[in-house]
Amino acid sequence: MQLTGAEIVMRCLHEEKVEYVFGYPGGSVLYIYDELFKQDKFKHVLVRHEQAAVHAADAYSRSSNKIGVCLVTSGPGVTNAVTGIATAHMDSVPIVIISGQVPTAYIGQDAFQECDTVGITRPCVKHNFLVKDVKDLAITLKKAFYIARTGRPGPVLVDIPKDITNQKCEFEYPKTITMRSYNPVLKGHSGQIKKAVQMLLEAKRPMIYAGGGVILSDAAERLTKLARRLGYPVTNTLMGLGGYPATDKQSLGMLGMHGTYEANMAMQNCDVLIAVGARFDDRVIGNPANFSAVPRKIIHIDIDPSSISKRVKVDVPIVGNLPDVLDEIQKLLEASAGIPDPKALAAWWKQIVEWRGKKSLKYKQGKEVIMPQYVIEKLYEVTGGDAFITSDVGQHQMWAAQYYKFDKPRRWINSGGLGTMGVGLPYAMGVRFANPKATVACVTGEGSIQMNIQELSTAKQFRLPIKIINLNNRYLGMVRQWQQMFHGNRYAESYWDALPDFVKLAEAYGHVGMKIERPADVEPALREAFSAKHKSDLVFMDFLTDQTANVYPMIAAGKGLSEMILAEEL
Amino acid sequence: MRHIISILIENEAGALSRVSGLFSARAFNIESLTVAPTEDASLSRMTIVSTGSDDVIEQITKQLNKLIDVVKVVDLSEAAHIERELMLVKVRAAGKDREEMKRIADIFRGRIIDVTDSTYVIELTGNGSKLDAFLEAIDRTLILETVRTGVSGIGRGDRILKV
Repeated sequence: MQLTGAEIVMRCLHEEKVEYVFGYPGGSVLYIYDELFKQDKFKHVLVRHEQAAVHAADAYSRSSNKIGVCLVTSGPGVTNAVTGIATAHMDSVPIVIISGQVPTAYIGQDAFQECDTVGITRPCVKHNFLVKDVKDLAITLKKAFYIARTGRPGPVLVDIPKDITNQKCEFEYPKTITMRSYNPVLKGHSGQIKKAVQMLLEAKRPMIYAGGGVILSDAAERLTKLARRLGYPVTNTLMGLGGYPATDKQSLGMLGMHGTYEANMAMQNCDVLIAVGARFDDRVIGNPANFSAVPRKIIHIDIDPSSISKRVKVDVPIVGNLPDVLDEIQKLLEASAGIPDPKALAAWWKQIVEWRGKKSLKYKQGKEVIMPQYVIEKLYEVTGGDAFITSDVGQHQMWAAQYYKFDKPRRWINSGGLGTMGVGLPYAMGVRFANPKATVACVTGEGSIQMNIQELSTAKQFRLPIKIINLNNRYLGMVRQWQQMFHGNRYAESYWDALPDFVKLAEAYGHVGMKIERPADVEPALREAFSAKHKSDLVFMDFLTDQTANVYPMIAAGKGLSEMILAEEL
Repeated sequence: MRHIISILIENEAGALSRVSGLFSARAFNIESLTVAPTEDASLSRMTIVSTGSDDVIEQITKQLNKLIDVVKVVDLSEAAHIERELMLVKVRAAGKDREEMKRIADIFRGRIIDVTDSTYVIELTGNGSKLDAFLEAIDRTLILETVRTGVSGIGRGDRILKV
């Protein structure tokens, strides 16, 4: 049967079992929206700004491992979406973006709402396509989903000119797809895996460094099994939180710029390091020269060969899909009679426990002013550690990462790579669509929340009972912290004048607002917000917090892992 | 170090910009880049000359391989290979210079492919240093225009880059 391009788009989305499309209509996508109106297999979520559509689709994917889909119009629809696409790209999140384009004959004519979508998005997608013939539409969408989810995942954009959506052709959705130019490796090199196992067993001061790849590839269980068998310490990156249970005794917490003392010291002083789905980025190891100044053997497992030996030279590179490689390592370990050197391991743990004794995350909560760390600790208690937590970007993000102990993967949703302020609320929306019964809290600040505050309207329309934890210190806190530490206390444009009354603002959107000003009120307010009474409500909790609180420990940009600044040293 | 990287890439619109965009985005250096379809019209072949440390060249080949449209990547300079570049030079050739220009072109095995009463266009192939040497050998003031294709390269003997 002959179908129009718009009908084909619907059929492809149905074939891909898409549940939600996050989008915003406009001129170039009107035929597509017309078909969308006639079907009921998936729901459309109308956001209030295209950026939020992409963020929501991104979080839908992060919290479920299903592909998030968004639909935007040409020109400003796409340019608004770019921040969302770049955010997903930096964190390797599989999403598919369908964008309208001006009719084929108008391309290049500076038509109304025209932009070079493929050109603008090229550096921030895994791949993109411009569909020039309706006959290519189905296979292009098939490729888009395939490319997005396989290998190192990432966003794929399909740009469809308006005339194509109204032209007809036979529809057939390909069952499988092969591309001669794209064949991601799955199994790791067996020789390298053998070497890695040998190296792991010979380690005296071993360390497991687990990143976002563990979450993305659903390898958390396997990693945990392996770590427990070996009895080695584990640290997680910001993107990897939940990849190993934070409450486990082998967990050293997060490492990096705001990582724990024990994690960073162990990372620096280990003799064998196994990096699992992590990429040694600047916020993790700081200065690579400082990191490499200490000799250690490095095993690096990653699905993306270009992540290996990019910033740090490694000894045993293993390119492959993490679950497959971890299974292989586990098998070899079980087959070999070798066990880690118990004496050396005991000495290493003794050292780590000593580092732990620094209690690098301690802070003081007085009676007058609410400490932001305290709010997160109470949030953890009140939600039983079992909520999905989204965050924006800044100090609150680091405190959430430090003080909320994630035991499960896909519970911690934040923008690690691009560091996009404004993701928190749309992320919470996406999480809730993917997990309709889950408790979802968005930890944010008064700066970030205002970057996508319009989504309070979407949250109302779809009755999303998100709990917003606004750590309001009347400053762009992380900027203020850097200005204090590195720019002579000159707080250039980091203080907020004329903040809105967030309680009234929440109420204006039809939600519940709370203002919390005293430490004693923190826990009761949280208990109320998360109680059955507000089961169906979005509750906006505006916590007025200490204005001078800084995130510690801290490694200044360009410094090494062992050059941490601790709170107590100031 | 100087490397010659050969790429087979799907002959799609925008293929060139994916490659050139990658180089500029990651601050890799391009000395020259040539591209044209192959005997299989669905594929283009590119030759890129780049300089960088071994680590940088390793990243370049890995990042190129990561592009979805790229089918194969080879660092030709890793083993025996041949490189050639084509140059067209328009020179003033009048009076006593006319004979001298012809003589030098012959020495370099160049061919004169366009003649007017006062100019020649000389076609010259070879590696880059040979073309440079030719330009050094003739009187600079007589050069009206030069155009070079950039390097094309191919492996020697059994080294074959094909799908």
